Amino acid sequence: MPPTQILTRPQRMRRKIRQIWGHDNFGHILTMAAGAAILIITGVIFYELFAQSSLSRHAFGLNFLFTKVWDPVAGIFGALPFIYGTVVTSILALLMAVPLGLGSAIFLAELAPPRLSDTLSFLTELLAAVPSVIYGLLGIFVLIPVLHTSIIPLLKNWFGFLPIFGGDFFGVSYLTAGVVLSIMIVPFIVSVSREVLLAVPQDQREASLALGGTHWQTTWRVVVPFAMKGILGSIFLALARALGETMAVTMVIGNNPQIKASLLAPGYSIAAIIANEFTEAVGNLYLSSLIELGLVLFILTIVINGLARLLILATARRASR
Amino acid sequence: MRKILTLAAFLFLTASLGNAAVLINGAGATFPYPIYSKWFNEYNKLHPEIQINYQSIGSGAGIKQITEGTVDFGASDGPMNEVQLKDFSDKHGYGVLHFPTVMGADVPTYNLPGLSAELNFTPEALVGIFLGKITKWNDPELTKANPGVNLPNHELVVVHRSDGSGTTYIWVDYLAKNSAEWKEKVGVGTSVNWPVGLGGKGNEGVSGLIKQTPYAIGYVELIYAIQNKLLYGKVRNAAGEFVKADLAGVTAAAAGAAANMPDDFRVSITNAPGKSAYPISSFTWLLIPEKFQDPEKKKIITDFLHWMLSDGQNLTEALAYARLPKPVVAKEISAISKIQ
Repeated sequence: MPPTQILTRPQRMRRKIRQIWGHDNFGHILTMAAGAAILIITGVIFYELFAQSSLSRHAFGLNFLFTKVWDPVAGIFGALPFIYGTVVTSILALLMAVPLGLGSAIFLAELAPPRLSDTLSFLTELLAAVPSVIYGLLGIFVLIPVLHTSIIPLLKNWFGFLPIFGGDFFGVSYLTAGVVLSIMIVPFIVSVSREVLLAVPQDQREASLALGGTHWQTTWRVVVPFAMKGILGSIFLALARALGETMAVTMVIGNNPQIKASLLAPGYSIAAIIANEFTEAVGNLYLSSLIELGLVLFILTIVINGLARLLILATARRASR
Repeated sequence: MRKILTLAAFLFLTASLGNAAVLINGAGATFPYPIYSKWFNEYNKLHPEIQINYQSIGSGAGIKQITEGTVDFGASDGPMNEVQLKDFSDKHGYGVLHFPTVMGADVPTYNLPGLSAELNFTPEALVGIFLGKITKWNDPELTKANPGVNLPNHELVVVHRSDGSGTTYIWVDYLAKNSAEWKEKVGVGTSVNWPVGLGGKGNEGVSGLIKQTPYAIGYVELIYAIQNKLLYGKVRNAAGEFVKADLAGVTAAAAGAAANMPDDFRVSITNAPGKSAYPISSFTWLLIPEKFQDPEKKKIITDFLHWMLSDGQNLTEALAYARLPKPVVAKEISAISKIQ
């Protein structure tokens, strides 16, 4: 017969806690609660946007998405120029940020010596923490003069016959907003892609090198395809960020609700008009229309964010197998 | 640890008990924020037990909050319209009063490379430019008003505010008074559907765009133009004189309009009569409910209004706001008694 151990009260408590803490059910409930919280927050935001935009949804129906007039005085609201501006600037931003971001992520993960890689990726993460108003100011005071004096004249000289580079350039434009956004989203692509590339198992690289592949072939044919889903995830994340950016875009896009083929023309974006007009919006229909714009942006962002999340999850599972 | 917490809680409690301040909350227009915060600060020095808290969240939001009853007073750069007044009285069972506090003005500012002259603008020229009908700097409407100035044969770039703002309200109110076409096509509001132009966020956004875009023209608040030493033009007033905006000219505009001042003070003073009146001027208002449930709050608000209309007015010009003309002050003092 083993000697009976007499436990003091705190000891019993501690043992009890350890039992609960170690139990699977406990972990299950804890993480499920965290997951549910996110679902609830998203649900509440969606519900609020949906409910509060009812006036405008009933007044304009689906026409809201396809008409171009935004007239607060007459009470006529159409979202098309804003949707167009949001999508165009985001795509422009991706076109510039993806090659740059992916290139530097490959360098940091595959080629750079570890110390340099760590320093550089720390700096990249710092870039992500710069407030967007700073990017907007840099856009106005640094980027626009450079575009004005050197880049745009060159573009017009070479590609002026293309409609996307037609018309006058006033400094503020889709293109300016796209460039500013691309600088803002590069850190997201670099940081996430670098982590994903580093997570590629070493034996994959060794196998390729053993078969006689060069370093570059190994990187391009083995490592990048292996990490592709994660890299895509980082790009989608960056896109979602670009879609929702407010301050920096407002400062450099020109705030003119028109749809022009030229990237040098001023435009408008969904986030920018909400920021510009929400505080002074009087009248229920006006407010409701601004909220419906929020709903449109939210749906766009949710779809894209959802895709990115799935991709990242899928990569993580595959890597862990 | 526990001791420290207890001590902290105790200190916190005594601090909040010892300073039994009456807190008055207000919200609204951003344009008068500097003078309002100066006033509330000075008033707090005279009456340390009273704390007036003002949030400059925009005129539209100010009207919304006073209607919801979440603040004790509101503030707005444009008077409340009939629908908004009705919303308020439907909800509360009593009305809301407008009290003009100070005045502001808009000025046309521009960027003509190599030209630093103060240009003259007729109302017709400004209307034409902002309707997109006058597209070149050497348009006859502009050259006619500026004899001796060599205006370039170059396209104009129009710049306006992109954010909803009282500044825009004053500007388009002025354009609408001078043009039936503007009134019908565009109308008056804190944000409008602009026929032409680039949008800049805030006075700084507009002046930044103008500075960086050769041949641009736009409008900013007079205070902003004075403080930042911007070049701005003269505007022809209702009496046919070209007037350069300054504080005296704005006060003159209010004095010119004072003769026909309605009892509720909801009046636009753009295009006011008078030889020296600057035509693109406006009041900004405090919105005060007619009834207060709390007699103490009522006493504080009425006392503050009296102070604002007397000593308070002496603080305005140091901050580049135009003071109220005497007849308006007298009329407002008698209106304070409407607050119950």
